Amino acid sequence: MIPTFPAIAWPALLPILMVSGLGLLLLGAGLYTDDEETLGWGALAGLIVAGIVTLVLVGGESVRTFNGTFALDGYALFFDWLFIAAGALIVLMSMGYLGETDIEVGEYYALLMFALVGMMVMAAATDLIVIFLGLEIMSISVYILVGSWRTQPRANEAALKYFLLGAFSTGFLLYGIALIWGATGSFRLDEIAARLPLADESTLLLAGIAMLIIAFGFKVAAVPFHMWTPDVYEGAPTTVTALMAVAVKSAAFAAFIRIFLWGLAPVHADWWVVLWVLAAATMTMGNLLALAQRSVKRMLAYSSVAHAGYVLVAVTSGSADGGAAALFYLLVYMFMTVGAFGVVAAIGRAGEPLENIEDYAGLATRSPLLGATMAIFMLSLMGMPPLAGFAGKFYVFSVAVQQDFIVLAVVGVLNSVVSAAYYIRLLVAMYMTPEPAEAPALGRRPYLIASIVIAAGFTVLIGVLPALGLQVARLSFLSMQ
Amino acid sequence: MSRERATNELWVPTGVGAVLDQYIGVLFTFVIGAVVVGVMVSASALLGGRRRTSVKDEVFECGNPSSGPARGRFSVQFYLVAILFIVFDVEVVFLYPWAIVFRELGVPGLVAMGMFLTILTIGLLYEWKRGTLVWE
Amino acid sequence: MGTFAFLVLAALLIGSALAVVLHPNPVKSAMALVATLFLLAIVFVLLGAHMIAVLQIIVYTGAIMVLFLFVIMLLNLGDEEVPTEWPRVVLRGLAGMAGALMALQLVRLVAGAPLGRMVDAPEGYGGALMVARSLFTDYVLPFELTGLLLLVAVIGPVVLAQRRGR
Repeated sequence: MIPTFPAIAWPALLPILMVSGLGLLLLGAGLYTDDEETLGWGALAGLIVAGIVTLVLVGGESVRTFNGTFALDGYALFFDWLFIAAGALIVLMSMGYLGETDIEVGEYYALLMFALVGMMVMAAATDLIVIFLGLEIMSISVYILVGSWRTQPRANEAALKYFLLGAFSTGFLLYGIALIWGATGSFRLDEIAARLPLADESTLLLAGIAMLIIAFGFKVAAVPFHMWTPDVYEGAPTTVTALMAVAVKSAAFAAFIRIFLWGLAPVHADWWVVLWVLAAATMTMGNLLALAQRSVKRMLAYSSVAHAGYVLVAVTSGSADGGAAALFYLLVYMFMTVGAFGVVAAIGRAGEPLENIEDYAGLATRSPLLGATMAIFMLSLMGMPPLAGFAGKFYVFSVAVQQDFIVLAVVGVLNSVVSAAYYIRLLVAMYMTPEPAEAPALGRRPYLIASIVIAAGFTVLIGVLPALGLQVARLSFLSMQ
Repeated sequence: MSRERATNELWVPTGVGAVLDQYIGVLFTFVIGAVVVGVMVSASALLGGRRRTSVKDEVFECGNPSSGPARGRFSVQFYLVAILFIVFDVEVVFLYPWAIVFRELGVPGLVAMGMFLTILTIGLLYEWKRGTLVWE
Repeated sequence: MGTFAFLVLAALLIGSALAVVLHPNPVKSAMALVATLFLLAIVFVLLGAHMIAVLQIIVYTGAIMVLFLFVIMLLNLGDEEVPTEWPRVVLRGLAGMAGALMALQLVRLVAGAPLGRMVDAPEGYGGALMVARSLFTDYVLPFELTGLLLLVAVIGPVVLAQRRGR
């Protein structure tokens, strides 16, 4: 038997090849310069080119390559673009942030690019093994990034905690993949979907599904697998926190949604109850715990837990509308959360994180721009019309109602009300509390401000034109199969 | 693979007994190793005289007086070297199976392995340039 | 013969795995792990996965165990005692119970699953040639991605642990 190579559709690989090449270049360039602006501009230029190429690929025919294990479809391109945009905003943030840390600049940008490659692989993979490898490339890069500020004890603690728990959850993922293979005889999502529902071997399948839910629940920080979130988000350098909160979470959801709403869609009846409970618990616990936080960074960490719950509501419904709503929500969530962490980074200073709510007192008078943008992000996260967050929640909850998950929708709406309390508390601190007399001056940080303003701009823009965004999300989701 | 595995099929190696028979040589090697070591140790314990003195009970450190507990802390450099060894060990592991099929794989196989090795060689060059391979 | 060999192996395997977790001395724990990994390689042989069995011994029992020992020595855990203060003991008990419950459920699930049809594997199944053929053709994408993963693994220790002289 002569082995034959699978036909390769190179355009499908173009986004990951470009970003990995960029990562290698930055790794090499980092040996010769330590300047975060030079390297940052390089990274930014590369990401913009990759983003344009990704946009050019949109609208082409959906193809699957490597024996149907890797896809070029609207779904992959949607997430590719989301990750590239998040990556570009974070690079911009880092250009004003790394100088105050002792992080190795070249390695930092290179690992950031490799993390993005892992995420893009997760979004494009239609095979459990390839998804696993993407997840590992992403996770290991992020473990290292979390610990890259070596002189900060809390960053060391965060890296160790994230690594140990993350490795444990990877074990669950592998075990789940093995059990699903045992039940269906395939790693490929289309074959798995074709062989389901099984007549007799569903016990193996159910155990496998449970393992996958645990593993992805950990990566998206869903309750009860969220224990690591506040400590890791708080300890990591703020730019890396932003990466974890938006990109890592979206990548996990990208694979999660592809597996559950395609490969495992025929057995929706078997898994929706688990996700229902997970979604309700995640929203409720995330918001209640966020109420109790004094540190804004920790509060945003719990808020990101709660938002994972909102996306889970959309996934629970199991319908194409649910998938579209989840994709739209992730896009919206990306801009507002990157922006919010950008403001956290802008307030803090080297050696002095200044993350407590008191440090935000009178921010609106100290820096009207930071105050106003933070207000936009908080109101959007809360779900206030006409900002993007409102449209996101609206679509998620209306899908839940359409699919007869009315109780879940009610839980979600009540949670949004609860969440208003802590978002507004920050607004009150910024706008209605007098500035302390000895408030430390805010540094001038043009790059940070630029990324915050761009994020705020998109938050408003998507809020004004939600139908367009939803249409993009819907077409992307439908192109998956 | 010559044929696809169907959903409910379990592929079982033909005759588990036959499979184990292939490893009978390995088993013999183990047994011989265990017997040789066992005989040598027990023979020296049984036949050799033994006189305990305080000097003999000391920790053996090549004849020098011992200089502290054996469980000292190691430099982190050992760890760096060890983990790099593992990474490149895993790389080499992929070369074994490649070496037996590279003729039939032809040019695409060469390209596939070439890309893999290029990525890792960049890693090696990076370490070299970064000074990780220099023992301080 | 096969079943008997498997049962003996399984008993030894579980015993050595328990020793890894329960032994108070980390170095001896690591040695028990060597035994566990070695026994696992024999299980792979029984399954006909000869290539994996050999790699298991080369990579895990060889390279990775060396790293484990370095880490143990690095952390200087030699005289660490098993904690005896009550919250830890209670937590350990609870964790043990939760683990046992999960193991019980898994055994129940997997044992209850009906077996597939047993079919003789084709000639050479699990051997180096067959693994190589499918690894470099059907699974060439995962293979290349592994290369990237290893590169990240090379950068990691340099970023996190190398002394900085610059």
